[in-house]
Amino acid sequence: MIRTENITKTFGDNDVLKGISTEFYAGKPNLIIGSSGAGKTVLLKLLIGLFKPTSGKVYYDDVDLFSVDDDALREVRMKLGMLFQGNALFDSMTVGENIRFPMDMFTNRTLGEKEKRVDECLEMVNMEGINDRFPSEVSGGMQKRVGIARAMVLEPKYLFCDEPNSGLDPKTAILIDELICDLTNRNNITTVINTHDMNSVMGIGDNIVLLKDGHLVWQGDKSQVLESEEAVLQDFIFASPFLRRLREDALKQRHAHD
Amino acid sequence: MVVDKMLYNLGRYVNLLRDAIARPEKFSMYYKETMRQMDAIGVGSVFIVLLISVFIGMVTAVQFVDQLGDSFVPSYYIGYIVRDITIIEMAPTITCLVLAGKVGSNLAAEIGGMRQKEHIDAMEIMGVNTAAYLIMPKIIAAVVVIPMLVAIAAFVSIVGGYVSTVLPGSLSHTEYVLGLRSFFVPRYVFMMFVKAAVFAYLITSVSCYMGYYAKGGSIELGEASTNAVVVSSVLILVFDFLIALLLT
Repeated sequence: MIRTENITKTFGDNDVLKGISTEFYAGKPNLIIGSSGAGKTVLLKLLIGLFKPTSGKVYYDDVDLFSVDDDALREVRMKLGMLFQGNALFDSMTVGENIRFPMDMFTNRTLGEKEKRVDECLEMVNMEGINDRFPSEVSGGMQKRVGIARAMVLEPKYLFCDEPNSGLDPKTAILIDELICDLTNRNNITTVINTHDMNSVMGIGDNIVLLKDGHLVWQGDKSQVLESEEAVLQDFIFASPFLRRLREDALKQRHAHD
Repeated sequence: MVVDKMLYNLGRYVNLLRDAIARPEKFSMYYKETMRQMDAIGVGSVFIVLLISVFIGMVTAVQFVDQLGDSFVPSYYIGYIVRDITIIEMAPTITCLVLAGKVGSNLAAEIGGMRQKEHIDAMEIMGVNTAAYLIMPKIIAAVVVIPMLVAIAAFVSIVGGYVSTVLPGSLSHTEYVLGLRSFFVPRYVFMMFVKAAVFAYLITSVSCYMGYYAKGGSIELGEASTNAVVVSSVLILVFDFLIALLLT
């Protein structure tokens, strides 16, 4: 579990996060949602220690991420996996070498053991047999999967995904969501996903944190989204007239059943 | 304002290099990266170094033949002058100024590109000490191979001087070789290697610093690359003077 306590972050005169206190649970996908500029990416970068908060604390189980020394911070980071928005795959390495890199750096496994683990990870994301291709030789959706495979290679306790389905077609986006959800449940890891994709919210949102202008304005799960009267949430999720009509119809049907 | 900015950059540069001096997570990975950099910096720069140094040697010799031709200075002095100018100044300084352009811009662009594509963030998340992994192998590789390149440059430059004077008949083979053998001061060779090692360190550390903190897009990456070349070239000239003061 990851817990934040009254986190604030200021850049110059700009207060980006204003007192965020929340929890992200193990074994379920935790979504950070909000419109552009709400502070999602800053919160995610704070959670993984790339930014330091102006005030407040981030706990990984009972470890305060920002009070430990650099070596201990690296120890925590070795339990993290991260899928970046742009994948951050190393262009000069093949897919197999990309996935193998964390093992090369941190384990004493033999080449055979590492190759076997690479194959397992590629199989996990349904991408068998592309070890020798370079990232530029595979599609955007495949790159996302390779990014997930690399994030999972050291069996992390925490997985972070920054807009995992941005730039993907809706069908591939849903496949990526399902894959992340499946890996989270199967490995009982704490997954935090930064997204503004409505399909993700309604499909895998087991714990949703909504940010607006640096404030946490709503937290709940996908089943509560439809009924919630929180205006910011409704404006964000059901942004178009078409989606608002859909919501009204769904609510009518639900009330009729009740 | 300018002084503030310089002090800020100096402090950040020192901090980055302090972070870079750390125990490697995995020695074999650092070794592999150092070898890769030696190949890129050393082997990758041999041709340009050969080309430039042969011409510098030829021009130096031809100029001195022209200037000393009608004087009372013995003609074998041409070989002596070419040798000392090459060893003391031309080989280390000109070669490293050229390498600041070639290697420095390349390193700044490589690391800056990694910053912009979030590769550095990805490594940090994995637990890699990026300052150490991305910078230290490059510095070690450069400090090892650039003095070798400078030694090659010195040799080729002297050969260039021979070709441009002896082959056209301006000097005899005996005169040129006698000049090369006269008044030899071994300390100058030591000075050449000191300069080469110091300049190699400056080129790589400054260029890596510029790339590591590159922000924004392609324009900023270009600026980082240009700054790497400009700053390291200026520092080479400043340290050239300081080393000359200290070692002569």
